[in-house]
Amino acid sequence: MSVTTRQLAEVATLARLQLRAEQAESVTRSINEILGLVDQLQALDLQQVAPMAHPRDEVQRMRTDEVTETNQRAAFQAVAPAADEGLYVVPPVIE
Amino acid sequence: MTQSIRSLASDLRQGKTSAVELTQDYLQRIQQLDGQLNSYITVAPERALAQAQAADDRLSKADAPLLCGIPIAHKDIFCTRDLTTTCGSKMLANFVPPYNATVVERMDANGAVTLGKTNCDEFAMGSSNENSFFGAVKNPWDLNCVPGGSSGGSAAAVAAALCVAATGTDTGGSIRQPAAFCGITGLKPTYGRVSRLGMVAYASSLDQGGVMAKSADDCAILLEAMAGFDPKDSTSSEHATTRYSEQLSTPIAGLRIGLPRQYFNDQLDTKMSGLLQDALRELERLGAQLIDIDLQQTGLAIPAYYIIAPAEASTNLSRYDGVRYGYRCSDPKDLQDLYVRSRSEGFGAEVQRRILVGTYALSSGYYDAYYGQAQRARRLIAQDFAKAFAQVDVIASPTTPGPAFGLNDKTQDPVAMYLEDIYTLAVNLAGLPGLSMPAGFYDHRPVGLQLLGNHFDEATLLRTAHQYQQTTDWHTQRPGLIAGGDA
Amino acid sequence: MNWEVVIGLEVHLQLATQSKIFSGSSTRFGAEPNTQASAVDLAMPGMLPVLNEQAVRYAVLFGLGIGAEIGQRSVFDRKNYFYPDLPKGYQISQFEQPIVGKGSFTVTLSDGRRKTIGITRAHLEEDAGKSLHDAIPGASGIDLNRAGTPLLEIVSEPDIRSAEEAVAYLKALHTLVTYLGISDGDMSQGSMRCDINLSLRRPGASEFGTRTEIKNVNSFRFVERAILSEIERQSDILEDGGVIIQETRLYDAERDETRSMRSKEVANDYRYFPDPDLLPVVLSDETIDTIRASLPELPEAKCERFKTQYGLGDYDAKALCDSQAMANYFEEAANAGGDAKLAANWMLSELAAQLNANNLALHQAPVSAGQLGQLIVRIKDNTLSSKMAKQVFDALWQGEGEVDAIIERRGLKQVSDSGALERLVNEVVANNPDQVAQYQAADEGKQKKLLGFFVGQIMKASKGQANPKLVNELLNQALN
Repeated sequence: MSVTTRQLAEVATLARLQLRAEQAESVTRSINEILGLVDQLQALDLQQVAPMAHPRDEVQRMRTDEVTETNQRAAFQAVAPAADEGLYVVPPVIE
Repeated sequence: MTQSIRSLASDLRQGKTSAVELTQDYLQRIQQLDGQLNSYITVAPERALAQAQAADDRLSKADAPLLCGIPIAHKDIFCTRDLTTTCGSKMLANFVPPYNATVVERMDANGAVTLGKTNCDEFAMGSSNENSFFGAVKNPWDLNCVPGGSSGGSAAAVAAALCVAATGTDTGGSIRQPAAFCGITGLKPTYGRVSRLGMVAYASSLDQGGVMAKSADDCAILLEAMAGFDPKDSTSSEHATTRYSEQLSTPIAGLRIGLPRQYFNDQLDTKMSGLLQDALRELERLGAQLIDIDLQQTGLAIPAYYIIAPAEASTNLSRYDGVRYGYRCSDPKDLQDLYVRSRSEGFGAEVQRRILVGTYALSSGYYDAYYGQAQRARRLIAQDFAKAFAQVDVIASPTTPGPAFGLNDKTQDPVAMYLEDIYTLAVNLAGLPGLSMPAGFYDHRPVGLQLLGNHFDEATLLRTAHQYQQTTDWHTQRPGLIAGGDA
Repeated sequence: MNWEVVIGLEVHLQLATQSKIFSGSSTRFGAEPNTQASAVDLAMPGMLPVLNEQAVRYAVLFGLGIGAEIGQRSVFDRKNYFYPDLPKGYQISQFEQPIVGKGSFTVTLSDGRRKTIGITRAHLEEDAGKSLHDAIPGASGIDLNRAGTPLLEIVSEPDIRSAEEAVAYLKALHTLVTYLGISDGDMSQGSMRCDINLSLRRPGASEFGTRTEIKNVNSFRFVERAILSEIERQSDILEDGGVIIQETRLYDAERDETRSMRSKEVANDYRYFPDPDLLPVVLSDETIDTIRASLPELPEAKCERFKTQYGLGDYDAKALCDSQAMANYFEEAANAGGDAKLAANWMLSELAAQLNANNLALHQAPVSAGQLGQLIVRIKDNTLSSKMAKQVFDALWQGEGEVDAIIERRGLKQVSDSGALERLVNEVVANNPDQVAQYQAADEGKQKKLLGFFVGQIMKASKGQANPKLVNELLNQALN
């Protein structure tokens, strides 16, 4: 399978990345080379094989329902690009 | 500057040196030599000296841990409280975490001194350390060559004795490949053996923190401090740890070492093959039994990896949106502009490439063909290894197809770069431990022999490497260029 | 023209855990912005989720409560999209393998009709934060206190056919989850929010029409109004020969209309895949049995029991089972007072009226179930007339102490001693010869009216403490 520059532009939108016109073609080409590397997977019939999401077949451990965190807003917001009144500031969110 | 941890620990206890003196020596070396290598992104002299002072106080009392006062470095992908953690990215160039990674926490608790943060490929994506926002790292054995990646800074710093040992992370070979290129020993433990908390994620189901040092003995001591269950990482294992450093002296007589036909084939460079055969003969001489085995699914590893890793990465990196921390573009005109420009300006080309590949592989209509298939192939690879480990105790292979390649040789060809990981990435898919140890020189550049083990059998890998290192001296050789600067 | 309405509801229920689903932050409502947002909730680099056991338990409890299949192996997935209130750029949710599978839920409508609504699934996920639009001029402010609060998303089949059915379903669901104790159900704080999927079709048609989704409606009343206005909007379009566009809409309560949320229309492709930071949740039969053993008596069963055990009528039983607190209060009062019907009457009249007038919830009532029971004891043993009982109830409400102490202090004992009352009756008869004569001359209808005069006089003379029933009997004897 290969991807067109137009398809890649849609993928970039999903990923919130810019695909600038001047690099669109070279990025498309390199991504198609990568897809070429993985293409051999398409040909295989693996329907009988269960997908493996995780390197070891273990199950989720759970924690007790306890409040263990304290307020660290000042420390966290010290590294924020924009915070005001305890809120993270972004351009207006329109609904 | 070539002393082992044990010998330094003994000097510290006998008062031959102090942690402060040792730290000062290393800081001085970094200052003198790292200009050539660029192995550190951040050096933290004040913090290191304060830690060294505390270590000296602790050493003056009884029962200080072996690592107490030993100057080490952390790959700049581990979060360090109040110390900039960049992940080699413009995105986090000014990020100072208010917390420590569990690995850092444990090293600190053992009294190790953090000299600074080592350079790496951006978000650990790369095999040459050329994808760092902070510039490429040079290989101390040949300044025209790459040190490997993504833990290239750690490998170069250890090789050039700019720290005693360093931490690394390995998603598809990022500890073992640079260890091989820089002539040091590197261990990627079993997935779940070392906590991932505070270790910035590349591909969550493949990432594993590990150790990089001059010898298997040093690696064992570091792993002992680092490994173990962390309740704050759901994928951390409760499997008991052992005293790795106390099992090294057991001989390897009778150890069954498997040699996969799919790795030792005619595609392997003849010179590489010769070097590795010598190393294998030495292991045989030590009593190991060499057995030819098959890893039939080897060919699936690269395609499966280069779907799964970018897929996971594409969503792991969604959190970098310019809102709560990290790079934010100037004057965003609206919310979408904030996202798109912060991410496009903050991430480098390779990271963006992998995000695009991963996003595509997960997108509607392509998921089954790419991600779904890759996850199924992954199981075949894991089953392949399980079968092999029913026959043998350890699998040996080249760590890399060849020695360190030249700077800029592969930057324009991502696929060629990806193929560098052909021997290392299969074990990440299966969650198995892997070690690379120096096994000779290809011209003047070191090469590594890779040892793969069964789940949680790091002890056997370390022991095998240690026994080998008792009768060979590849691991004690230091790059002349850098050693020269020591005088 | 005639349209059949087809509705499916997605209810987002906040679970009543102390801490968040994947972090140890508090879920308490109303804290200062971002003071309950930990490194995990903020998606700081390197942070990892660890699952809250109680959230899982609550989800299973819900599944068992509606008799649904329990997913013994469920998987958390990442749902990927960018939004400022979603710190990781993905929401941890469950897609292919939810914790609760197919089930169903039967509700009773106002005309007594029973309606079974299929539950497609219920899955665990994390709530998002909030965007505030008024706090900072020219910008939005993000508060992530709510981010990571556990949600159970309950998805119904498109079995609902009217606004009334939708509201009945939601109310019954609300009752159930509060019975189960898995949610506080406080809709004003967003504990229960609802997405409405609605389409219209010709009656008898087998295909569904194009649907719209109305997001995030947070009260029963708004659900009803949103549905009614969307039905009207869609039928207007269809009747004009137009087509419905599949889209997400928002209900604007002020204008009582739904409007398109175009900002969310940017082609979403959520790219669900199993979250590699979390492992499959596996529940053993034993674990599920333990949770099953903790199931409380559910509303329908309780209602039936109230009818048989206490002889209550259908209306009273249902009203009392509306909430578990009410049902518990009733049982305690009925047992303490020894008369279930009286307890039910007092609760549904006096108590309900007072709570309503003072805008209080039952748990805030100043009169305890034990006190109401004691009041009933004193009515039953003829100490109190119903009029007196009302006074005592008011005194209890004012916090004047226990029932017997109030009776004592106010001298409210009813006189039921027939000797003493007879003397009073005779006195009043003797003192009012004219009225006696009038009474004796009157027809039966008028006699009843005149009798009231004598009763009044006697009650006055007894300072209201005469047992009215006895007074009536004695007067009848004396006058006839």
